[in-house]
Amino acid sequence: MMAAAITVHLRYFASLREALGPGGPVPAPQGTTVAQLRRLLQAQDEAHARALADDRLLRCAVDQGLCVDVHQVLGDGAEVAFFPPVTGG
Amino acid sequence: MASLSHLPRVRIQAHDFDLGAEVRDLRAGDAGVGAVVAFVGTVRDRGSAGSPQLSGMELEHYPGMTEKSIEAMVDEAVARFQIRAVRVIHRVGPLALQDQIVLVAVSSAHRAEAFQACEFLMDYLKTQAPFWKKEHAVDGSSRWVDARVADDAALVRWGLDDVAGNAPPPQPAERP
Repeated sequence: MMAAAITVHLRYFASLREALGPGGPVPAPQGTTVAQLRRLLQAQDEAHARALADDRLLRCAVDQGLCVDVHQVLGDGAEVAFFPPVTGG
Repeated sequence: MASLSHLPRVRIQAHDFDLGAEVRDLRAGDAGVGAVVAFVGTVRDRGSAGSPQLSGMELEHYPGMTEKSIEAMVDEAVARFQIRAVRVIHRVGPLALQDQIVLVAVSSAHRAEAFQACEFLMDYLKTQAPFWKKEHAVDGSSRWVDARVADDAALVRWGLDDVAGNAPPPQPAERP
């Protein structure tokens, strides 16, 4: 990748945490969007490809706020969490 | 809203809570309170009497985001409804059948606003706050509880960024 890299801090919760671990820092190209980060992660291996596969069952938060726009460009140091639909209450 | 309590209005905790003590604390010293509505959610077994299916459950959350997002929603409730004080407690970690999971308590001058604000906050906790339940069955198996995806307000339109034809199906607006 020619573009300068940023670091994204990944967090996984619930079934995604069980499949992929708690997360951690990963490098990504400058200008990466939330949707593109998902694709990059899915390309890593079969476990990531599977855990992040289902649109209907994948939710996301950026810097601890629910992500509603997957075209949002991530800044250096952003905290990005992936998790299944919530079931509290 | 004038906070009348020395305790934080939003608490995420592993230990149980005392409904009576929380309600007393919520309305202490405020003679303008004419109504308190408190909702308590508890761990429910899916089985029938005599043949339980669950042995308990476990609640996971997203530390930091949980508190921040509920605080923001309490601010929203205070802006929308004529209420005087709010208390939200959500437990995390291992829970047994019949344990209390969540408390939302609201005080107001009149009952209508307290009922509305309490339901507003519970709807938010069920559909958007980052908590996940894992059920433990009596046979030793365990599974994450499926969300009712159709009324999930946090639905992400991943499909917009994907190739045509991979968009999620339209979501029905009605609750089951």
